[in-house]
Amino acid sequence: MLILECPYCGVKAEETELAAGGEAHLKRFGPGSSDEEFHDYLFMRENPKGVHFERWRHANGCGKWFHAARCTMTLEVFGTYSAQTTEPPQEIKDKISEKRPDWTWRDIK
Amino acid sequence: MFCWICDSLGRHVATIHKCDDKRRRAQRALVHIQWQSRTIGFAMKRYSAFAVAREALRYHTGWERAWRSPEPKRHYDVIIVGAGGHGLATAYFLGKNFGITNVAILEKGWLGGGNTGRNTTIIRSNYLQDPSAALYEKARSLYETMSQDLNYNVMFSPRGVIMLAQTEHEVRGYKRTAHANALQGVQTEWIEPARVKELVPIINLEGPRYPVLGGLWQERGGTARHDAVAWGYARACSDMGMDVIQKCEVTGVRSENGRVVGVDTTKGAIDCDKLGMVVAGNCSHLSEMAGFRLPVESVALQALVSEPIKPCMDVVVMANTVHGYMSQSDKGEMVIGGGTDGFNNYTQRGSFHHIEETVRALNETFPMVSRLKMLRQWGGIVDVTGDRSPLVSKTPVDNIFVNAGWGTGGFKAIPGSGWAMAELMATGHSPLAEEFSMMRFKEGKFIDESVAAGVAH
Ligand SMILES: Cc1cc2nc3c(=O)[nH]c(=O)nc-3n(C[C@H](O)[C@H](O)[C@H](O)COP(=O)(O)OP(=O)(O)OC[C@H]3O[C@@H](n4cnc5c(N)ncnc54)[C@H](O)[C@@H]3O)c2cc1C
Ligand SMILES: [Zn+2]
Repeated sequence: MLILECPYCGVKAEETELAAGGEAHLKRFGPGSSDEEFHDYLFMRENPKGVHFERWRHANGCGKWFHAARCTMTLEVFGTYSAQTTEPPQEIKDKISEKRPDWTWRDIK
Repeated sequence: MFCWICDSLGRHVATIHKCDDKRRRAQRALVHIQWQSRTIGFAMKRYSAFAVAREALRYHTGWERAWRSPEPKRHYDVIIVGAGGHGLATAYFLGKNFGITNVAILEKGWLGGGNTGRNTTIIRSNYLQDPSAALYEKARSLYETMSQDLNYNVMFSPRGVIMLAQTEHEVRGYKRTAHANALQGVQTEWIEPARVKELVPIINLEGPRYPVLGGLWQERGGTARHDAVAWGYARACSDMGMDVIQKCEVTGVRSENGRVVGVDTTKGAIDCDKLGMVVAGNCSHLSEMAGFRLPVESVALQALVSEPIKPCMDVVVMANTVHGYMSQSDKGEMVIGGGTDGFNNYTQRGSFHHIEETVRALNETFPMVSRLKMLRQWGGIVDVTGDRSPLVSKTPVDNIFVNAGWGTGGFKAIPGSGWAMAELMATGHSPLAEEFSMMRFKEGKFIDESVAAGVAH
């Protein structure tokens, strides 16, 4: 059972209280972008075996969207953070580096 | 395995030996005879009623191993990664239909230990879109004769599959599918609630939330023994001289000038001319080693079985609205399929609340479930694409082919998928696979089965 702490209301929410929102930090390519960019945005999701960043919504709680950094192999949670950012905060990245020194995700290290 | 006198590899067993070390010719000749008999001299004993009787008379001492467990050779014409049903079927049809037998199937765990040995074994071909109907019906028809073709009892049981309609929307959807299937030559029919009750006496039609309004019935759908499908293909592949190599994980893909030349494995480097990636939930991980991405996400899907009980339901029932499906195994266990996790993971376990949701839903439709004890639960990592249809496809690397994206519903497709994939790998083109190219997302040519099925087992 996955438990994530909502960074807004501080509740440690168990997964039935949450709604999963898929890959985080997507750039939404739309009109004016190339076919390649639009295709990748829609279909080529990150599917890592290891460190992953996701959007979650505290659906049955405060209702807010937030981000989570997780390991998809162990379900270990490295941390949750605000949705108002285009990249994981340094503090989260440091936490991950402590446990998975070689991690990379898209072009984030 | 390679000749330890001249170090030559592969196919020269079948031809005249050409190594020119004259000094050891006599010795070589002898060794080659031994070598031949060890590699291709494995003549499979057929299984039959006679064989059972014969073995009964001699205390079952004459059964041999169903397949060899060889060490890898240095080079193969084709390497298939993943000894699940789809990988093994691909290898089988490469040999059977195209005479390509210098093939290795590499498996990181054990035969069929992936989704092939974890699914609820539902076989049906009542899909909505034409390309799906063609591929799944090809597969279903190959299941009909699989036991005879492989000389291995896969226990194909065409007991019939009902997909229940429990909302007005589903009624319309399934009627539409029934019409589509009629045009595709797939035998299905719309049945009314009374007929459902006749086929499934234990069902409760007047569910408080979701009454049964009818169903889509495929009489020749059913189930098969999932491990046996993997074992039967492995035995047939081994008999053709192919190497099925377990506990051999591919850890790297080696390319030169945009072409793959081989793979690194936990049993050393192995070269190949063509590579087939058939690893289901791990396909993104493997394709990354080869430097390209796939339009797939991996999630855990669960199933569970109850304690064994007396025969009570001799068809397969799928209830997609409430998301549960059930059949009874030959051992008497009720086999129940559950939900997928909502988030990417590789845990082969799945979240607990799905069990609760599935069983709660089934309780309404099958009240007897409330008195059952559940015995085991497990999960598999399924590879889900944007349109819920698979990839049987060329890739950005010339001589790498991918077969993946079967998601929650690929067991039923195993023989058809292997047929198409083998054709694609051998000739560069397969009519059955054409529409399932990974490029379809770029072109907007989706084969949308997610709306059609709601759930896709
Ligand atoms: C719970 C559950 C229920 C299901 N129910 C149904 C159903 O009722 N009907 C239906 O049609 N389908 C069903 N499915 C889907 C079906 O099981 C799969 O689509 C199908 O088995 C996929 O077969 P495969 O050969 O592609 O994959 P797998 O059987 O998973 O085989 C892939 C193999 O590749 C190996 N591998 C992975 N990475 C590597 C590597 N790096 N090196 C070497 N080997 C590697 C794995 O160990 C694995 O054995 C269900 C799935 C699950 C999980
Ligand atoms: Zn909250």
